[in-house]
Amino acid sequence: MTSRMVGQPVNRVEDPRLLVGAGRFLDDLGQDAAELAVLRSPHAHARITDIDVTAALEVQGLLAIYTYEDLSGPLADPLPLLIPHPAICAGRTQYALARDEVNYVGEAIAVVVAENRYLAEDAVERIVVSYRPLPPVVGVQAARAAEHLVHEDAPGNVAAHFVQEVGDAAAAIAAAPFRLELELAIERSASTPLEGRGVLAQWDSDSQRLRMWTSTQTSTGVRAAVAAKLGLDLGRVEVITPDVGGGFGVKIVHPWPEEVLVPMAARALGRPVKFTEDRREHFISAAHERGQLQHIEVGFDATGRILGLSVRFWHDNGAYLPYGLIVPIITSTQLLGPYKPGAYRVEFDSLYTNTVIVTPYRGAGRPQGVYAMERTLDAIAGELGLDRSVVRATNFIQPSEMPYDHGLIFQDGRPLVYDSGDFPASLAKLKALVGWDDWPAYQAAARAQGRQVGLGLACYVEGTGVGPYEGGHVQIETSGRIKVATGLTSQGQGHQTAFAQIVADELGVSMDDIEVVTGDTRRFPYAVGTFASRAAVTSGSAIALAARMVRRKILKVAADALEADPEDLEIVEGMVRVKGAPGVAMALGTVAVLSNPLRYAFDEASKAATQFVVGDSDLPPVNEDDEPGLEGRDYYSPLRSTFANGMHAVIVETDPETAEIKILRYCVVHDCGTLINPLIVEGQVHGGVAQGVGGALYERLVYDDAGQLQNASFMDFLMPYVSEVPESIEIDHLETPSPLNPLGIKGAGEAGVIPSAAVFASAISDAEGFAITAMPISPSDLFELRRRHAGTDRHNESIAKKEPTR
Amino acid sequence: MKPSAFDYRRPEQLDEAIDLLGELGPDAKVLAGGQSLLPLLSMRLAAPKHLLDINRIAQLDFVSCGADGVRVGALARHAALERDAGARAVQPLLSAALAMVAHPTIRNRGTTVGSIVHADPAAEMPAVLCLLGGSITAMSTNGQRIICASEFFLGPLESALWESELAVEAFFPALPPQSGTAFAEISRRHGDYAVCGVAGLVTLDDDLRISVARAGYLSVSATPLVLDLTDAVSGRTFDGDLSAAGGLASAAVDPEPDIHATADYRRHLVGVLTNRVIVGAAHRAAREITGNGATQALPMPGAQP
Repeated sequence: MTSRMVGQPVNRVEDPRLLVGAGRFLDDLGQDAAELAVLRSPHAHARITDIDVTAALEVQGLLAIYTYEDLSGPLADPLPLLIPHPAICAGRTQYALARDEVNYVGEAIAVVVAENRYLAEDAVERIVVSYRPLPPVVGVQAARAAEHLVHEDAPGNVAAHFVQEVGDAAAAIAAAPFRLELELAIERSASTPLEGRGVLAQWDSDSQRLRMWTSTQTSTGVRAAVAAKLGLDLGRVEVITPDVGGGFGVKIVHPWPEEVLVPMAARALGRPVKFTEDRREHFISAAHERGQLQHIEVGFDATGRILGLSVRFWHDNGAYLPYGLIVPIITSTQLLGPYKPGAYRVEFDSLYTNTVIVTPYRGAGRPQGVYAMERTLDAIAGELGLDRSVVRATNFIQPSEMPYDHGLIFQDGRPLVYDSGDFPASLAKLKALVGWDDWPAYQAAARAQGRQVGLGLACYVEGTGVGPYEGGHVQIETSGRIKVATGLTSQGQGHQTAFAQIVADELGVSMDDIEVVTGDTRRFPYAVGTFASRAAVTSGSAIALAARMVRRKILKVAADALEADPEDLEIVEGMVRVKGAPGVAMALGTVAVLSNPLRYAFDEASKAATQFVVGDSDLPPVNEDDEPGLEGRDYYSPLRSTFANGMHAVIVETDPETAEIKILRYCVVHDCGTLINPLIVEGQVHGGVAQGVGGALYERLVYDDAGQLQNASFMDFLMPYVSEVPESIEIDHLETPSPLNPLGIKGAGEAGVIPSAAVFASAISDAEGFAITAMPISPSDLFELRRRHAGTDRHNESIAKKEPTR
Repeated sequence: MKPSAFDYRRPEQLDEAIDLLGELGPDAKVLAGGQSLLPLLSMRLAAPKHLLDINRIAQLDFVSCGADGVRVGALARHAALERDAGARAVQPLLSAALAMVAHPTIRNRGTTVGSIVHADPAAEMPAVLCLLGGSITAMSTNGQRIICASEFFLGPLESALWESELAVEAFFPALPPQSGTAFAEISRRHGDYAVCGVAGLVTLDDDLRISVARAGYLSVSATPLVLDLTDAVSGRTFDGDLSAAGGLASAAVDPEPDIHATADYRRHLVGVLTNRVIVGAAHRAAREITGNGATQALPMPGAQP
């Protein structure tokens, strides 16, 4: 038997090409294209009173300048609000080019197309825009205070207000023997893929067709949006995703202004046009995430069991709302993690500020929710003097309670129902891995030496593999090679490897004979995109179903040819053979030849398939319920999300003098159902943890009061280097298969980053003896906190405000 | 992030470069390692009409060590100076500080003289030059002049060089007898500009008691700051309590806050790091006196590494 590939730590087939620099990213393409540069607002909030392009017209090599006045038809309308929701009370999106008002530094006002980017930037510099500055709204507090409005017709700066409640949380809290309140804050970070955004478009005036390449997480989404904006039928638009140098969420947003303006210019100018975003542009005009203020009230009993939980939070959505409420809805629902909260009420405002938009960044609202919940559980443990892991275990949903319905509506509009998971088993694994029970002794010994060490713990559940659907296409070539296509895109996940593993098992072929194409609308036009840890679940399942369809046809065609019953056939190493009679066999390529009745024999192999040779002469060569060729196309559309989970523990040491925070150990227990490729899953976890370390200890996006981003470069936005990431990340897996899809898999893409703010806050609190309630935290922040807490009995201080005695 | 247009000149000879600079003066920028200049050009924060590339002038590519100190040519890369055994022997503070300058790839290209001329108050080598009382040799069509470190740094990114002058050499005095040095800094990430950095120099008397203690600071003032801490620790044995140095230093600085650190945190680090480098330098000085370090032969002036 061919050994099973799913579950094997197969090396990524993508890597040799990428590692030797043979990747083809957006800016590697279109070397002869004209280039586009964008004039961006230097003001966070202003009226545009005049745009004077006169001086720019003198620049040699200038091809075109476009402002809002040059846009017409759908291009002159605001960009789409991609995901509508009934709770949105004032949904605002920007125009492709600002019409008369700008609402964040970096908003596009005009674009220049020139022979190259240098000249385009020269012309941008010479465009004179007159502004009437308006008061900017920066930060959640200012948005809540609403002394000034971002959008005049969005009162209170409120884009959306949403409440969900299960049971009567207020009553449950009031009746609880113990109560706490917490105020928590978490700041902005950003996806910051190494490759920024980029678009290349080419208009063929003969065929009236547009072909574009874009560094996106959804080529089909871009295709539909561009077709709508440019007034083209879908059939006239092709979108291809080349190698993508990271997405992490920011590239799911579409269409970016440049994604419609580049094809518009390419069509108008009759030549290829390209836009390659630079780093400063990415910081100020792409998207950020994470900024929230949270107020939590919790009631619990003496064992730490939560009886009622009420969470009120304020979410900074930036200047516009193109991606709807996905981030705060995920915070509000995934906050619950592996726990049963008793009665639960959550209420949030999604607020406008004069800053760049907020859209999903890996984790997509979960890091904030997990932070809220895990800080709360630590506070309960502190209040009751209980072991933090015990309080968590007390509140766990038990395996016997699966599937578990929280009674809430998730981000996909479907009920929040966990499909599977064994949280007590995961916690037991993590405690064993990190040496939880030995910790008190270790910490005491370290303290005796004047060292400050802390252990943090955080648990999460992640809804993955959201719908609506993905599709897969599997075709056997007459060479015996197998072509697989799915519509969603790849930006480093290793899809070519993982999907090939699935097909190898389904068809009984070698991975080496399989070629996987993603994100090319010419190959697969129906797709959603790569986000929400969904590619393996949705496309992986669809490809498996498509492969099974092909397999049935292989066996049918081969059965006819071999004069055997399909039930008696097996496929081993690319050969269809009769079970127990390996000599009676046929190569898959031959089956492919036979599946397509030919009039013309173009080579030796095809002679076997001409209409004189194959088929029953009493039937049409292609029968009524059949079609030529050996291919299958199928779709997977999940009923609901499948819920992965994990638990992280970190041990940190804080320097008593310099307040530097050093990671001593980082441990992960991860359950994403059946593992397709443990190497890829662990790589995903490593990458996520690295980003989590960044988000917890290094990265923040610092706006001043005028709405100017103070650190729009990799010099001052502190993405961690390899020197800041733990040298080793210890991982243990649990596999509780999902019952919702044919492979039993759950998503793994975002897992590593989700609990980081929570787990570091927990560890640093443990090391310092006072509660960390604002993340991220720098040594300077920690130093200031130490001064604030100096003189108090740090090791007995609770995280939370205590409720006055009744 | 593309530079605006500039003329590019790449003279082969020093004379030619000096003449060109005299001619182009205020409209020209000198390109050596380019580690700061090229990003400034790309971000259009600088837009000189002429770029004068000195990378072909071989006579500026040298590190020469003598009994009096280390001379570093304008084309010597950080990495070359960092690895120069002679320089390490004559003035060990150089390699200690250079190890903290950014990352190896930047040190492979960036030049020490270029970093000094750039006059970033967060850079290591300006502070080292000031602490050691070094100098910069500048040439113009009017001839040559030597500018002391104490007079070289006028403000952030502002030096005493005239627009027509080319800095051709930096001179770092040798480690005085019975002395030791140390360098420490705290940066947010490995290789970043320091939140606070301190270079220390301690000289001991024959009884291993401190006779001189001085420190140079980066990232806490508009120009590199040198503090004489001798009063705080004078006469104390090298392994005694030297923490008064830190107290004196943190009281003497008035740092600015930025997005990475509050002013108070920086002041606190000044104290902590001052103590660390003064203790480190004192111990090295003691080893110099009691150990075999003092007998190490110095290379001859002009000797190649």
